[in-house]
Amino acid sequence: MSYNNQFTAETQLKVSPFFERTSKLNESQEWRRWSGYLAATNYELTHENEYFAIRTKAALLDITPLYKYIIEGPEAQRFLDRLVTRNIYICKVGQVMYTPWCDEYGKVIDDGTVQRLSEHKFRITSAEPNLEWLQYNATGMDLIISDDSVSTAALALQGPNSRVILNTTANDSLDSLKFFWMMDTKFGDIPVSISRTGYTGDLGFEIWLDPKDALSVWDLLLEKGNPYGITPTGLQALDIARIEAGLILLDVDYISSRHAIIEARKSSPYELGLGWAVKMQKKDFIGKQALQREVAGGSEWEFMGIEIQWSELENHYRNVGLAPRLPSTAWRTSTPLYYNQEQVGYATSGAWSPILKRYIALAHIKSPFAKEGTVLDFELKVEHYRKLTPAQIVKTPFFDPERKRSCPK
Amino acid sequence: MPEIKKYDAIVIGGGHNGLTAAAYLGQAGKKVLVLERRHVLGGAAVTEEVFPGFKFSVCSYVVSLMKPNVMRELMLPRFGLELLPLESTFTPLDNDYLLRTADGDQTYREIARHSAQDAETYMRFGPLMGQIGMAVRPILETIAPNAIRPTISDLSSGKKLLDHIKSLSSEQFEYLTKLMTMSSADFLDEWFEFEPLKATMSTSGIIGTFMGPRSPGSAYVMLHHYMGDIDGAFRAWGFQRGGTGAVSMAIARSAEHYGADIMTEAPVEKVIVKNGRAIGVALENGDEYGSNIVISGLDPKLSFLKLLDEHDLPSDFVQDIKHFRIRGSSGKVNLALDGLPNFTCLPGGGHHLRGAISISPSYDHLEKAYDDAKYGNFSQKPFMDIILPSVLDPDMAPPGKHVMSCFVQYAPYDINGGWDDHKREAFGDAVVNAIAEYAPNIKDIILHRQVLTPADLESIFGLTEGNIFHGELTLQQLFSLRPAVKWADYSTPVKNYYQCGSGTHPGGGITGSPGEMAAKKILGIW
Repeated sequence: MSYNNQFTAETQLKVSPFFERTSKLNESQEWRRWSGYLAATNYELTHENEYFAIRTKAALLDITPLYKYIIEGPEAQRFLDRLVTRNIYICKVGQVMYTPWCDEYGKVIDDGTVQRLSEHKFRITSAEPNLEWLQYNATGMDLIISDDSVSTAALALQGPNSRVILNTTANDSLDSLKFFWMMDTKFGDIPVSISRTGYTGDLGFEIWLDPKDALSVWDLLLEKGNPYGITPTGLQALDIARIEAGLILLDVDYISSRHAIIEARKSSPYELGLGWAVKMQKKDFIGKQALQREVAGGSEWEFMGIEIQWSELENHYRNVGLAPRLPSTAWRTSTPLYYNQEQVGYATSGAWSPILKRYIALAHIKSPFAKEGTVLDFELKVEHYRKLTPAQIVKTPFFDPERKRSCPK
Repeated sequence: MPEIKKYDAIVIGGGHNGLTAAAYLGQAGKKVLVLERRHVLGGAAVTEEVFPGFKFSVCSYVVSLMKPNVMRELMLPRFGLELLPLESTFTPLDNDYLLRTADGDQTYREIARHSAQDAETYMRFGPLMGQIGMAVRPILETIAPNAIRPTISDLSSGKKLLDHIKSLSSEQFEYLTKLMTMSSADFLDEWFEFEPLKATMSTSGIIGTFMGPRSPGSAYVMLHHYMGDIDGAFRAWGFQRGGTGAVSMAIARSAEHYGADIMTEAPVEKVIVKNGRAIGVALENGDEYGSNIVISGLDPKLSFLKLLDEHDLPSDFVQDIKHFRIRGSSGKVNLALDGLPNFTCLPGGGHHLRGAISISPSYDHLEKAYDDAKYGNFSQKPFMDIILPSVLDPDMAPPGKHVMSCFVQYAPYDINGGWDDHKREAFGDAVVNAIAEYAPNIKDIILHRQVLTPADLESIFGLTEGNIFHGELTLQQLFSLRPAVKWADYSTPVKNYYQCGSGTHPGGGITGSPGEMAAKKILGIW
């Protein structure tokens, strides 16, 4: 039997329009799957330099695999306001809002950003496909939903030098672009949209462009960014940065209620630390009634940061004759948390923070035990044996630099 | 009084369920004799070298619901059970195709090529069916309680069932109800829009059943097939290395390991009944064997209307068995090939040849195929479920050659004027022509063709009317109604006479389940 591959591109894993460049730059040839795309795990053999690019220079990430939908029409605003928990009526043209959206039981389906592109045109991003849910809820409304996932390519430029690089590349200055706002500009004659958003908790931007311009934009940014330390960056570095920023990840920190199968796997926005994004004063939105009941009765879970205490961790290793070991990359294995030997929660992702020099994790904790400052026991494996080691509940974000929100004077 | 050799139990029929029952009884220390009419074991799960060098899974061709505990308890992997995954479902279309593979991302992309919404829905549909399957499985795995004359154990299993049903979520209950009552086409219409996807998914609702995708009740049959379970993974269909006969042989070796005697070419004429009790069997050659218990692995029609005299049975039971629906709806065409079929829509080799190839481009295609059968003809453009066993297991054919197994529906048992050689060949031609529409080279590479009509399935394998499931898997003859209302717990109106074939709960397919549960029932009261 011959194995000559006759499949059309549609049956393979997708490659982004930047693949021609990223595939050649990827020294490690390590790839992960992201929404059916090949996405670089790290470009170098270890992710460290890429992580520090996010925090000290500028990291360039291909984020094309994000799902993106365009909602356009006279009722687009009304539709989105009903769909998500944030108040879209106060979202101005050029503004971006991060928001979760829920099912009618108030359980989170997905989270992403809503960008207001014009009076009647919005873009919404998501981690999973949401076309079905959007279309269900748009029945009878005067708007058109189109899948923008493939028709728009996207890059993230994140890090303290990201603005200066864009200022030397774009025809307009980005100095006055505020956190969670966006603008249209051009790189020479290439039109791009730039939003001041990201998944790193640092100063950063996301660039939205026509896929046909992908390679030109990539080359231009690498050229202009070279003096400022621009670094193609993979998902491993990003994962550490997003944990430091306290940003949740679908299918790691929570499961979409559309796919949860059992009730216990579902979470409300309050149970994911997103209560701030639920605008109860809004007239109506999907899940509002259930969430009102939850507010009245209290949530079962809270989502908090924990910090695994250093000296006890060190002791565990010293007891077996080893120097302390730390995870070199972010982990995603659900890890039990105890209080007085009773399991009261579980951490869903964690990492050693190279910038904070702290061992941190994001955790679901039963509400009565979720007070800031409480010390829980974190399960740790030391030389094949399970140990409990103290971890203190702390606020997120763990890392929140002033530059994230500020504009140059 | 038969006294050639005294056994604890005699199993009539060396099909996979009969062998399973024999293995369990042997394991419990009983002396068991299995009597098989043919020269080969396996019943419908049989591999034969019909054409030199080419091995065909002549009748049953894939393994779906083989119960994990049966595989473990009878140590089947030790005796040769090797299930290879069937990794894709390929639906060729006129100028395009639909290919679902084992990879979620790849399948998502492929479906999205036809309908973005379907691709998304498909991701939710599988887990939901898994959940419904999980909800149904305990029902299938419970010995059907006798609803009319309940014993203590019937009451307790009835209560267990009720508790289980009460534990279902409202969503599970909703879909369970829909699956029990709707047609597969109507059910799938609530979920999907791309016709070839819906049509192909609906085919599992019609396989082995004299219904079309638009016949109410076909949705349940679909669920039944969805519960395929290999290594605990739902909906994983497998191909046994060496063909389905190798599954039967693994069970036979297990039975022999536990001391069972197995005789082939030993057709049973009658069950010997004395004073309302079975006391042994008489072979066609006049030999008689005595035993404490007799178990039939044959279908209900043969078990009761042929092996017994009607006057040994209550007349209402005889009526129930006469009414039991066992209409044959399918034929089987096995081809020895000089090479691989080359599909116009997706030329060359690849993943699409390593799984099921489904000729099911639309509901209309399937429903029209059914229409032909409804009025007494075989389908001019049939539905087919095709696999290429030699691609999965090269030992099935000489090097470079291939075997192709085509399950063909519809072919009515009661064809107008009756089946004869001429009609068999015309049926074979219709099948080859239907394949040639999508893979035109097929006609040039056929070395040998074996065509089995429902009449052949009956005469060769003893499947009444050629029904592959020993009776259709429709709701009115499942659970405590299979095969008849008071006798769904493997016992029969004749004392010491039991049934263990696919005509009993939970039904057909290579599951080992009826054989296992019958044996456990017998051992429970021994």
